Amino acid sequence: MKIKMNGYRLDKSMEQSDEAEGLQIEIHGVHPMDGLLRTDRLPHIWCPGCGLGTALTCFLSALGKSGLNLDKVAVVSGIGCTGRVAGYVRLDSFHTTHGRAIPFATGLKLGNPELKVVVFSGDGDLVTIGGNHFIHAARRNMDITVICVNNFNYGMTGGQAGATTPIGGVTTTSPYGNYEYPFNVSALAAASGAVYVARWTVLHARRLERSILEALLKPGFSLVEIISPCPTGFGRRHKQREGLDTMRYYHEHGIIRHGADPRETDIGLGSVVIEGKFIDIDKPTFLEQRSRRLEQVFSR
Amino acid sequence: MSTFEALAGNEAVATAMRQIDPDVVAAYPITPQTSTVQKFADFVADGLVTTEFVTVESEHSAMSACVGASAAGARVMTATAANGLALMWEIVYIAASSRLPIVMSLVNRALSGPINIHCDHSDVMGMRDAGWIILFSENGQEAYDNLIQAVRIAEHPDVLLPVAVCQDGFITSHGMERVEIYDDADVKAFVGSYQPQWSLLDLQNPMTYGPLDFYDYYYEHKRQQVAAMEKAPEVILAVAAAFNRQFNRDYGMFESYRLGDAEVAVVVANSAAGTAKVVVDQLREEGLKVGLLKPRVFRPFPAQEMSAALRHVKAVAVMDRAISFGAMNNAGPLFLEIAAALALHGERMPIADYVFGLGGRDILPGEIESVYRDMFRAAESGRVEQMVTYLSVRE
Repeated sequence: MKIKMNGYRLDKSMEQSDEAEGLQIEIHGVHPMDGLLRTDRLPHIWCPGCGLGTALTCFLSALGKSGLNLDKVAVVSGIGCTGRVAGYVRLDSFHTTHGRAIPFATGLKLGNPELKVVVFSGDGDLVTIGGNHFIHAARRNMDITVICVNNFNYGMTGGQAGATTPIGGVTTTSPYGNYEYPFNVSALAAASGAVYVARWTVLHARRLERSILEALLKPGFSLVEIISPCPTGFGRRHKQREGLDTMRYYHEHGIIRHGADPRETDIGLGSVVIEGKFIDIDKPTFLEQRSRRLEQVFSR
Repeated sequence: MSTFEALAGNEAVATAMRQIDPDVVAAYPITPQTSTVQKFADFVADGLVTTEFVTVESEHSAMSACVGASAAGARVMTATAANGLALMWEIVYIAASSRLPIVMSLVNRALSGPINIHCDHSDVMGMRDAGWIILFSENGQEAYDNLIQAVRIAEHPDVLLPVAVCQDGFITSHGMERVEIYDDADVKAFVGSYQPQWSLLDLQNPMTYGPLDFYDYYYEHKRQQVAAMEKAPEVILAVAAAFNRQFNRDYGMFESYRLGDAEVAVVVANSAAGTAKVVVDQLREEGLKVGLLKPRVFRPFPAQEMSAALRHVKAVAVMDRAISFGAMNNAGPLFLEIAAALALHGERMPIADYVFGLGGRDILPGEIESVYRDMFRAAESGRVEQMVTYLSVRE
């Protein structure tokens, strides 16, 4: 049996069991995602039980399958736990200021239209402080893919209420329960004009990966909302002490309903989580609209 | 009866806010300010204050809500840091020019980019021309005391300017220290109640805030902001005197530490002044006559008083936790101000700038000691070897 070590020591018992099963293995110390990760930036900062690792894995896996030229892919993040993604991917990336990932991405796309621009950020960043940019990029049908990891609070700063916190949600700034109406991220994107809207919890990793793949290949403003556990900031205040508790919750409360009316997919505290591909329509992108308009004007 | 508690700077500030019980607080989470507002949210939820607390969707909205509430006649407070302050920018100027006595706890943190959440003074130095009164605090006690005084300074009819109370991010904001918390009733009596003179809710006397104001009167309004700044020092000192009578803690425009007979002096603000005091004591034990000037009121800048306090020393080192890029010799803002003040008041001793601690880089007593020793050489030779030195940086 041929074993490549690449600096890693092999556990003796593992060697024997492999031999017993007659497997040919290659131990090279490289994770399948390493080619797409800046491994010198690892380990990451995310807490145990956080869903961001799964979200990032699904994204990288979808990216690998997409056939996109990785030299032409740029990832833009804002501030927050999810915002760290831009720093971890071995791609051209920009870690922008809080809420401004979408305007940066818009500039990037317009400056270099051949790029595939992906915004990877959190709910606090994208629909709270940056909510205005989110709706306007969707309205214009700007050709970007937005991956929004929604954990219903500001995780990085210690679990404050944001625009996605469900009514009754206990956070550090709503210690007796939030009483503000929250945004439904998917419904917001759909209402603003997004051509592709899907939502998955991180439990449904394969479906999530597939949706990200579809979104990456979809011209126009595509949104994938990823519902993710935040045991440190949110879960533990809602009887979900560990990420696994939240994953069980998704298992019990997740309902797949493709084509659901996004307006009927609100997520409440303790409610079902409706998942699936909600919107997949074709509409000219911002740049196509512009070209069309100019052609009309100048062909007169 | 006051009590002594072990509190982080942010908790001390939140406690002051509880005691002040402002009418409106609007804020947005940003490290390292967050725990102030978080703690205050607990007070709101537990009914310990009567404040309308708004968790807005950005700092721009936070300062906007503060401006609206203050114009309506409310006593208003907020807290922020670094990029949060930067996002407030547009409204920071409007708060001052509308003469709204908003009080802000500003936890000093490096401005992006690259992104950094640790301490330096690039945030507050950016607002130095915005028309706010700016107070520095060495530790949690001073942040607490300054916040209480800030309310009276801001709301004084001769001033009516917003006040920012600074403390160092993490070093002070998250460092737990012994803080004397005064009796709730005493603090409430000290700050009194706010009697707005021009309230939007005064329906008998309708008025407008912030209308178009072109070449006809804009300039006059700016001149009035200057007049308010001119009156501020007197009010700041009067409030400090009242504070001293009530709570037995003495504050001035700045603090002089073993400066009276010093041959060389360091000027440094906020938490690093605490470290510098230790160095001063050590060097004094060696028989070296060293002193410290710790700015408290940065706006309005007490140029004349500082020059007088430094007149007798033979060399001055200013330590800046920020850079004014492209300014004279790329020095720090505090240096530029003090160098100008000394020169204009006829003081010609050597003066040097030491930029330190950007993005939270530690400043060690040994480094401050080396600054003092540089100054002794400068005092002897009559000139500084280098006008601006960037301490502990890889070159």
